[in-house]
Amino acid sequence: MRISCPICGERDRREFYYQGAAVALDRPAPDAAAQAWDDYLHNRDNPAGPVREMWHHEAGCGAWLVVTRDTVTHEMLASDLASRVQEAGS
Amino acid sequence: MIELTAKSPFDGMLPLTVGALSLSEVDTGAMTALSARKGQGEALASAFKQAHGVAWPRAGRATGREGCRALWFGHVHVLLMGPPAAPALAEWAALVDQSDAWAVARLEGAGVRDVLARLTPLDLREGQFKRGRTARSEVAHMPASITRIGAQSYQVMVFRAMAGTLVEEVQTAMQGVAARAGG
Repeated sequence: MRISCPICGERDRREFYYQGAAVALDRPAPDAAAQAWDDYLHNRDNPAGPVREMWHHEAGCGAWLVVTRDTVTHEMLASDLASRVQEAGS
Repeated sequence: MIELTAKSPFDGMLPLTVGALSLSEVDTGAMTALSARKGQGEALASAFKQAHGVAWPRAGRATGREGCRALWFGHVHVLLMGPPAAPALAEWAALVDQSDAWAVARLEGAGVRDVLARLTPLDLREGQFKRGRTARSEVAHMPASITRIGAQSYQVMVFRAMAGTLVEEVQTAMQGVAARAGG
């Protein structure tokens, strides 16, 4: 399995560390309802198909990435720097 | 009072020669990691060039030469090897002295790429990893920095505490490649 890093190019999966669903970029406001924090911390979908995930290019450049991966085919569909995704979203 | 003696990372372990391949220690001088402060990237790049006479390396590139080399060292990191970083650069960057943190070795000889191919997942083919290219990756599952410094010559760096493991892993790979070559 190979993952495309926006900085380093296509690299072997073993250089990367998997963190989880990309909800980490959508942190609720400190005074948000308990339900919002519950969803942020604990509740995850488990779809068969494309998912957005956080990966860390741990043994490479050290950047955090948002990777879109198909859980059915294991195809890597897209990747971007988490910092860029967050700037674009805010 | 105890008298302490400074030792190099590969003291007593290198140089090592197997057939046409050799692994030797490189004393690079000081090592300083530079990270630009937010929004100061361009100012840092030009101040760096002025201070050290070496271009600020783009992602995946190394500039300079033996004695004063700048390696791209990760997302927003550059490692200066050789002279101590000019203190004035602290205006635009965080400077971190890493001189004793890394073990630096040179791996060279005919078949050197076959040796590295046994140890790292990097794509080292000619068109992909030419002279002047550098990468952070793994060597035998250790975090490493690999730089091509010549046609048959690479600089390999791992954390100093892993120097012994690097020697053992590279030696095993060298022996395998040499045996296949009939050496």
